[in-house]
Amino acid sequence: MTTIDPARTELQPSEPPPQRRSTGTRATRLVGIGCITAMGWLVAFGLGFSPADRDQKESVRILYVHVPTIWLAYLAFVVTAVSSGLYLLTKKQSLGWDRVAGASAEIGVAFVAVTLAVGSLWGRLTWGVFWQWDARLTTTALLFVTYIGYLAVRRLGGSHQQRAKRSAVLGMIAVIEIPLVHFSVKMWRSLHQEATVANLDGDTKMDGIMLFSLFVGVIAFTFLYVWLMLHRTRAMAMEDMLEDRGLDDALIARRAEAANQQNGAH
Amino acid sequence: MSTWKVACLIAVKDLRVERRSKIVTNQVLPFAGITMVSFAFALDKQNVLDTVAPGLIWLATTFSLLILVQRSFSIETDDGALDAMRVAGIDARAIFLGKAMALAVQLLVLEILLLFAAVVFYGESIQSSGAQGPVLAVVLLVTTLVSATCGLAAVGTLYGGLAAGFKGSETLLPLLTLPAVAPVLIGATKAVESAVGTAGAVVSEGWQWVGLLAVFAVAFGIGGALAFGPLIDE
Repeated sequence: MTTIDPARTELQPSEPPPQRRSTGTRATRLVGIGCITAMGWLVAFGLGFSPADRDQKESVRILYVHVPTIWLAYLAFVVTAVSSGLYLLTKKQSLGWDRVAGASAEIGVAFVAVTLAVGSLWGRLTWGVFWQWDARLTTTALLFVTYIGYLAVRRLGGSHQQRAKRSAVLGMIAVIEIPLVHFSVKMWRSLHQEATVANLDGDTKMDGIMLFSLFVGVIAFTFLYVWLMLHRTRAMAMEDMLEDRGLDDALIARRAEAANQQNGAH
Repeated sequence: MSTWKVACLIAVKDLRVERRSKIVTNQVLPFAGITMVSFAFALDKQNVLDTVAPGLIWLATTFSLLILVQRSFSIETDDGALDAMRVAGIDARAIFLGKAMALAVQLLVLEILLLFAAVVFYGESIQSSGAQGPVLAVVLLVTTLVSATCGLAAVGTLYGGLAAGFKGSETLLPLLTLPAVAPVLIGATKAVESAVGTAGAVVSEGWQWVGLLAVFAVAFGIGGALAFGPLIDE
């Protein structure tokens, strides 16, 4: 199947349009199969093999989705920040970096939405309420809104380079903003349970099969992130090419119209 | 001409425009005042108002900030003045600093009036307990006002410049600004609570929040000055 080159941004009017039928390649299909397999494992371990927790009972199963999605969301936002920096700091200012930043932010926002949704269900079962004004929850909610703002800025319009520069600057500003928000909210209050797995003392306080189920969840959502990234960056490249093509076609049509009018006048 | 001198000229120009148009005095200040009164209607009970008054002051300030920023950039974009300044070779950092300074002056006036409103409507008063009486509380309050204002002005100018001239900037600005100023809202509220002694808070507790506000102001001051150029050069 023919695919597109994400690095390309403009088409020559005389050039025949390339065959573009899908954003899929052999690699994306392999990643997709890996994702489906890992998700199957996650369902088997999360809902079947893994036991209920002594304190949290069956609600512990929610954590096999809640924890991997927020880890992947953090990774997605780091990728956005790094790609934004690479776009701004490299001489070429490649739109490829801009698309990676945008796609990663979109996926990060989706993952944070999943984290907040399943987290509030877990909170209802464990704490008795859907929401608490705890440091980590509040920071996550603000992170979610911040990146919704970032995505809104990406849709402000203008040329591809204008969009890329504007959103790259915003992606870099988020690097200043998020630690400050996190620190202030942490000073404000903290109720969320301490990290059970990713804690600094290296002491993992979790049953073996539960930890393995969580690990399967991380693998499954990592596959999903990579699969979505590949498709979304290619879809973005296609959207950009389509816009360029539309502009080129409009220019050609306008020139042809003007030439016909001139010929008619003569 | 140095960057600071140009920034001062821009700040004076902005303040002169505001003084002549009287939009701030005729619209923004009454808006902030009615917000404070509306809070009293919504919260109703005096003991609740006593507890939440510091937060309400900063909430009213944040809402007013959004209007002030919209106003500050609409006078620039309506006639393409922002582009004209860039074409005239004015450093983007000077534009950022100038507009932020003008915004800070307006915010400071607004905050002082809101504090008076809190004294009148909510019965707030400066904490007078402790060895040095109200002196330390007043110093804390003034430092909080200055540092929070600098942070709010920096964020407002940065995002105001980003959203300026685009369709839907009125809705985009709050979406970008409100999450970013959350540390100011939290820090300034806590520091004012310490200054006025809300729920037994003592003055010494307020200084850690002033530290946070100062870090915020410096980070967004430097970050904003560096980022403003690429944001408006389109």
